[in-house]
Amino acid sequence: MKRSNAPIFWALFGAGGMLSALVGAMLVWITGLAAPLGIGLSKASLSHANALAVAQSWPGKLAIFVVVALFLWHAAHRIFHTLHDFGIHAGMVAKLLCYGTAMVGTLAAIAALVAIG
Amino acid sequence: MNARRPYRRPMTGWWRKNPYFVEYMIHEGTALAVAAYALVLLAGLIALARGEAAWTAWLSLLQSAPMLILHGVLLLGFVYHTWTWFHIMPRTLPPILIGGSRVAGSTITRAGLAAALLASALVYIVVARLAP
Repeated sequence: MKRSNAPIFWALFGAGGMLSALVGAMLVWITGLAAPLGIGLSKASLSHANALAVAQSWPGKLAIFVVVALFLWHAAHRIFHTLHDFGIHAGMVAKLLCYGTAMVGTLAAIAALVAIG
Repeated sequence: MNARRPYRRPMTGWWRKNPYFVEYMIHEGTALAVAAYALVLLAGLIALARGEAAWTAWLSLLQSAPMLILHGVLLLGFVYHTWTWFHIMPRTLPPILIGGSRVAGSTITRAGLAAALLASALVYIVVARLAP
């Protein structure tokens, strides 16, 4: 019998769901509201030098990659299965659009992190 | 197409008839917030790779009113995702036994929410130390 690839997508969904449930709201607060508005954190915390220093360090690279990639795979899997509830049934097109976006995003994140050096 | 033209029950709006499924759609809908936020971060990462001018452009976009409003909405989506994720968790985990008896669902939910608070506090402390 051919092995199903479903557990891989499900594991990525679960890992991304857990990570976003644990720290997602705080990350949105930090990068989307607190730092841009200077509430609790200085506006300079998102300066080019700071961002570059984080993205050039290995812990920083890992953190950025894990957040971007797992969030994308979590959302892709959930949206793919919810499309079914709207009458768009699991076909190759829906699968390619959802998981394809996550895959392209993951590869783009890797390329950017490599380019940053 | 299919020559038999079999009857298909229409699916539009089925979930609006039952509050349970309305909640289901809202918690599934948090995936849109997660996707949007990941794409915002990815755009920032690509801008960072392209150089300081691109980064500054991304940063001023983040400081624009539409993006601030978007992040307010995303924040609500994420908070709801955290809440519902740990409320569903007792049903998605295999039974956990401690001392021969099954751990109650409410305990798992509370432990999950406590872990989220702790992890978020840690993230904030690390970020505040890195970039005060």
